[in-house]
Amino acid sequence: MKEKFNIITSTCIPLPMENVDTDQIIPARFLKATSREGFGDNLFRDWRYDKDGKPIETFVLNDPTYSGCILVAGKNFGSGSSREHAAWAIADYGFRVVVSSFFADIHKNNELNNFVLPVVVSEGFLAELFNTIGVNPKAEVIVNLPEQTITNRETGHSETFDINPYKKHCLMNGLDDIEFLLSKKNDIEAYEAGRK
Amino acid sequence: MANTLFDKIWDAHVVNLIDGGPTQLYIDRHYCHEVTSPQAFDGLRQRGLKVFRPEKTFCSPDHNIPTLNQDKPISDPVSRNQVETLTRNANEFGVTLYGLGHKKNGIIHVIGPENGLTLPGYTIVCGDSHTSTHGAFGAVAFGIGTSEVEMVLASQCILQPKPKTMRINVNGKLRNGVTAKDIALYIIAKMTTGGATGYFVEYAGETIRNLSMEERMTVCNLSIEMGARGGMIAPDEITFAYCKGREFAPKGEEWEKAVAYWRTLKSDEDAVFDKEINFDAADIEPRITFGTNPGMGMGIGESIPAPDPEDEAGKISYAKSLEYMGFEVGQKLEGHPIDYVFLGSCTNGRIEDFRAFANFVKGKKKADNVTAWLVPGSWMVTDQIKAEGLDKILAEAGFELRQPGCSACLAMNEDKIPSGKLAVSTSNRNFEGRQGPGSRTILAGPLVAAASAITGILTDPRKI
Repeated sequence: MKEKFNIITSTCIPLPMENVDTDQIIPARFLKATSREGFGDNLFRDWRYDKDGKPIETFVLNDPTYSGCILVAGKNFGSGSSREHAAWAIADYGFRVVVSSFFADIHKNNELNNFVLPVVVSEGFLAELFNTIGVNPKAEVIVNLPEQTITNRETGHSETFDINPYKKHCLMNGLDDIEFLLSKKNDIEAYEAGRK
Repeated sequence: MANTLFDKIWDAHVVNLIDGGPTQLYIDRHYCHEVTSPQAFDGLRQRGLKVFRPEKTFCSPDHNIPTLNQDKPISDPVSRNQVETLTRNANEFGVTLYGLGHKKNGIIHVIGPENGLTLPGYTIVCGDSHTSTHGAFGAVAFGIGTSEVEMVLASQCILQPKPKTMRINVNGKLRNGVTAKDIALYIIAKMTTGGATGYFVEYAGETIRNLSMEERMTVCNLSIEMGARGGMIAPDEITFAYCKGREFAPKGEEWEKAVAYWRTLKSDEDAVFDKEINFDAADIEPRITFGTNPGMGMGIGESIPAPDPEDEAGKISYAKSLEYMGFEVGQKLEGHPIDYVFLGSCTNGRIEDFRAFANFVKGKKKADNVTAWLVPGSWMVTDQIKAEGLDKILAEAGFELRQPGCSACLAMNEDKIPSGKLAVSTSNRNFEGRQGPGSRTILAGPLVAAASAITGILTDPRKI
């Protein structure tokens, strides 16, 4: 069972790049592990470290000004490869929420399946949030899953976000899809019998 | 009610509709490779589960495997462990494995169709975004994450929100020297890298209908590069002729029954799509990319366009992308020196790609400044290359064939383009570092790759 999700209040780490693909989130050469753990060390590896493994100071994860468990990213986050290792890396690093105006489909599912909440906001809300964090890196955001709202505490602006009721129930109760599917074995067998 | 091709197949596979939630969808065919499956098999082990329908899952290691000396142990111990883990898992859970050294081993998206495992009307998934390739047969095929791989292993089902539908029509006659890859790169550039996110795409129109099965696979393969959940093409006589006689395709009376059903798999005349887009084949030139996502592309003779001046946020990413590539707005790339050529991948690693490349370089010589990696998609492709004598034509022109695998497409094995080097690749992604840390990729079709390999500079194949 995973950590249950409810209301999260946190400062944010801003990544105002668009089309961040999963090859950038975790490069292919780090996909060789056979367990789910430890991928956070290589999150954004080639933006975070130089060829010699030294941290690149200008990259946001190496900037002590920013901290928190909410990643705020430009539109079309998680495009490209279906690698769930990208979601594992984000979760393993300590992020609980990713905010963007637009997510790639497969990556969005992968985040949800790893109890990381993808929050889709309007372009306007996102631009304002980047601005807020730029002015005050200690600005906090409240993500309220039960109410499906996200609030920028500095400006007081709030938006509602979509999540299907089934997934919301899973996140809030620490349940995963496998348990659900196993409970439907009879339906699956009936479906198979009906096709023959 | 009028239905789309996508709806017909999706609806026929619904086991349950969850209130306000995703669909429980039955999966006919599940492919596995070594990178995205170990944690899923591990999950089964931890829960004490078996594979629910082992006869529907087929495995082939492809991402990590070397393309030289495959008969020797894999030198990188971490890669070796991942490949060996797939073997152990396949044996323990009783699923079919076409392992390293097996005559059917190869890129999973190449071997599925070759063996008749991919068929019209199927739902097909794999922990790999290029699963969309199989949509070429009129199947609902899409990439999934590892948690979802575990779901399929455990229950032969997946929970998925139903995507919206889009039809992309391409009509008219293709110009000389324009390949299926160019069609796809053109569409992606027009749609942008995220332009089809949330949609399942059906490709239609005269130009698409006139493509061979392998060309259709190239087009569907790249659907994910504009964000689409998948891409598909209605099955027709070309599809049936391709499938007939393949090992896992139905035989005899079963075949006749199957074809009768497959003939119903097309969008009804008055079916309505959530979005419909039209392109003219005559507008498509041989294509290249200039940036770090597949949507940043242009005709080979064009100059790098300026970013949208209205899109403030987008400009930052655009500038970073060009800086990484070492290019500038307004620059022409035709004639630009290159270092590497890669022919292969699930996009362009099939026999027709090797025929096109070999026919082009026949009687010519590879440029001295170019390192060329020619990697067939499977051993069946390799065998066919040899049967047709293409290997000799390639050798005479100074090209060597490597052994099958994903290779430099994502550089998980030793086939890494060195930092700073510029590669013309027939693969599917030009992301930063995709072909090796610091590598720079120009995506193109097999003819642009062949022409550029001969001249050593980015070359329009029509000018040779």
